[in-house]
Amino acid sequence: MNDKVATRDAYGKTLQKLAPKNPNIIVLDADCSSSTRTSWLAKECPQQFFNFGIAEANMIGAAAGLATCNKIVFTSTFAIFGSARCFEQIRDSVCWPNLNVKIVVTHAGLSVGEDGASHQAIEDISLIRTLPNITIIVPADGIETEKVIAKAAETYGPFYIRLGRAKFPIILSKDYKFQIGKAVTLREGCDATIIANGLMISESIKAAEILEKKGISVRIINMSTIKPIDKEAIIKAAKETGAIITAEEHTILGGLGGAVAEVLVENFPVPMKRIGVADFFGFSATPDELLEYFHMTGQDIAQAVKETIDKK
Amino acid sequence: MAKSVIELKKIARKIRVLIIKMLTEAGSGHPGGSLSIADIITALYFEIMNHDPKNPKWPQRDRFILSKGHCVPAQYAALALCGYFDEELLMTLRKFNSPLQGHPDMTRTTGLEISSGSLGQGLSVGCGMAIAGKYDQKDYRVYVAMGDGEIQEGQVWEAAMSAAHYKLDNLCAFIDYNKLQIDGKVEDIMNVSPLQSKWTAFGWNVLEIDGNNMEEILNACYKAKNTKDNPTVIIAHTTKGKGVSFMEGVVGFHGVAPTKEECEKALKELQEEVI
Repeated sequence: MNDKVATRDAYGKTLQKLAPKNPNIIVLDADCSSSTRTSWLAKECPQQFFNFGIAEANMIGAAAGLATCNKIVFTSTFAIFGSARCFEQIRDSVCWPNLNVKIVVTHAGLSVGEDGASHQAIEDISLIRTLPNITIIVPADGIETEKVIAKAAETYGPFYIRLGRAKFPIILSKDYKFQIGKAVTLREGCDATIIANGLMISESIKAAEILEKKGISVRIINMSTIKPIDKEAIIKAAKETGAIITAEEHTILGGLGGAVAEVLVENFPVPMKRIGVADFFGFSATPDELLEYFHMTGQDIAQAVKETIDKK
Repeated sequence: MAKSVIELKKIARKIRVLIIKMLTEAGSGHPGGSLSIADIITALYFEIMNHDPKNPKWPQRDRFILSKGHCVPAQYAALALCGYFDEELLMTLRKFNSPLQGHPDMTRTTGLEISSGSLGQGLSVGCGMAIAGKYDQKDYRVYVAMGDGEIQEGQVWEAAMSAAHYKLDNLCAFIDYNKLQIDGKVEDIMNVSPLQSKWTAFGWNVLEIDGNNMEEILNACYKAKNTKDNPTVIIAHTTKGKGVSFMEGVVGFHGVAPTKEECEKALKELQEEVI
């Protein structure tokens, strides 16, 4: 955990790599291009970039129209506006007709910090997860982001890819091979498993280190694909470690924690605890202050692991 | 091949007959708006648009989006008469396992360019197709049919703004201005007028016609085709339930299918119509 890269920066760079080589890639933004980093491509290949202004619903509809004409369309804006604001357009114009639109949102979760509740998308995964046909990915770091964007560009169908504003520690190695729907074990352990994604991976690693000192061995799984979720990895972890803790920068209602709970209760129920925002709106503060307030730090996760192990 | 106006009017009548038969068989659906848009759909599919029923995905084809998706029976009838699928299929409308869904589903029906039904989304999709046409340097045109109540949706105006911004002169929208929506008269529910000045202010070329008059529809489409730089909107004054006397201007026939008796009466009227 040395270098830090914002996943949005990795997105901007990857588009700069892919789009000039593939004229079918078209990138749309809703007046957030300098923040989402699609402006980097816009400067280089202006003909492949269209700004739709502050009108997300129209942007999604136009993306659908472009996709019917064999275009690979990326739409970007902040997570809250790119999901909840245009949810029905994503449902009816993209997912129902199963079109090749990649919704890549940035500034997701609590880590937009000071902007406060209006800009902290902490319910987007729950919403989008209800839609058939779409693949949902929350990359762990800059390296995974590059691979996810490249994979989305070459894989037909709707994608929702959730990125952050803040710089995340680099977790994965350059030769890491990303597969859609395949979770990756980042750390082996036998007493409990933390299933996390995005920013919460680094908090989970902190938790595992705290617990290691106390003689508790914790497995960490990077569940970057939330849909389709890796059922096998979840069931295997439940069988082998007997306790599951999920950690996400999102409400605990219906996101990663919800998805994991669904798999567990129907297949191999074990004691479980969901770490995330427990049915509250956020507020203005630094990302670190917010993680602390909502009990989402490495220390909090470590505490939750111990309590969950006690329930075995 | 150019068809005469009389031939087109006969096709429009055939489409109306099929709409009545389909909806009666289905026992549900939207006759009022399907009948009001029938002449525009006839003009597009049988005269104006370049398309090939044998090659529905032909990249150069003109595209038609029925944004007021509840009126899809009119489009299904046109697609069947063009040869996209068997006319017999029309009688399966809205039934289990039918490709002809209550609202357009592009994954199930050959010849549909997009799925729709939730109002206000089609013009945005049309903008995307028109942008793709310009980007690919293809000269196809994109037609979008919207309802008058539909333009109460804010997304329509987002799309209107973007079409003018990107100078989408390959985009042509119709407003089926039949003056009625589910709850009553459009002007009473949420007045959309003045349409001319609204669309002009949004940067569109605006034409206003009798949308149940075949000559006027054709002329407006030719004018739109020859307009450079601006998208065109055709404000088409129509009669809801057009062609069936007891449905004309009756809000109750927005979303209620005719009974068997009403069907017979309607078919008799349509067949006796002098063209």
